[in-house]
Amino acid sequence: MRPIIVGLSSGLLFGFGLALSGMTDPLVVTGFLDLAGAWNPALAFVMAGALTVTAVGYRVIFKRGRPLWTDSFTLPTRTAIDARLILGAVLFGIGWGLSGYCPGPALASLSAATPGVAAFVTAMIIGLGIVRSQRS
Amino acid sequence: MTWLAPLCGGVLIGCGAVLLMVLHGRIAGISGILGGLLPPPKNGSWEPDRGWRWAFLGGLVAGPPVVAFIYGIAPLGMPILSLPLMAAAGLLVGLGTGLGSGCTSGHGVCGLARLSGRSLVATLVFMATGMATVYLIRHVF
Repeated sequence: MRPIIVGLSSGLLFGFGLALSGMTDPLVVTGFLDLAGAWNPALAFVMAGALTVTAVGYRVIFKRGRPLWTDSFTLPTRTAIDARLILGAVLFGIGWGLSGYCPGPALASLSAATPGVAAFVTAMIIGLGIVRSQRS
Repeated sequence: MTWLAPLCGGVLIGCGAVLLMVLHGRIAGISGILGGLLPPPKNGSWEPDRGWRWAFLGGLVAGPPVVAFIYGIAPLGMPILSLPLMAAAGLLVGLGTGLGSGCTSGHGVCGLARLSGRSLVATLVFMATGMATVYLIRHVF
């Protein structure tokens, strides 16, 4: 039961935060990416708020040594800055810039039931699934 | 006050990331949480402990309607692309975040908060590519 409580509450906080901050509107996101146009700084404030809280919170948590409701932290182990990382970030950046959606806001927008968002999320799942199926 | 709502929203997102780490020891990266629910490679096995992933995604989808109800606003914008282009963009985002092992939340928030070099590089690259893409669409073509 505890994993469900954790997942639901932290997912809700994410959904609240994305909606409140305007990140579920692709015009706000592309407005941030449009440096040469009428630049909209909203995304920078979202990052600043999220990053500050997370950086401070993580420091305190990691100092403690282990999570409260499970045995250990599950953290990324890769450290190599390789072609795969760069290629991935480039492809993601193109899709993000085209649509104004990254994975969080796209999923958080599903309740609007627009065909475009449904198509985006379906294709995103297929893309993730293709990469996952090729992992060794 | 254009900065206040984004800043508060960001703080809420940070609280979500901190909560998931302090209780369950996990990175709040949306593409990773979603990816862990998908079928494994041929000789791999399904992720164990998938309940929290489903619950997280449920909360993520339920969040905006609750905000809309409480504040009387309509936070969900409309797509700016046609249906086929939305599908193409979604495929790029899925392939890209899969290959790059993370998106705006996993690299841009959680990874930078952990001072990960990979996340710093990924974030700079997808920000720059996103900006270049918007520049090309709006100011060149």
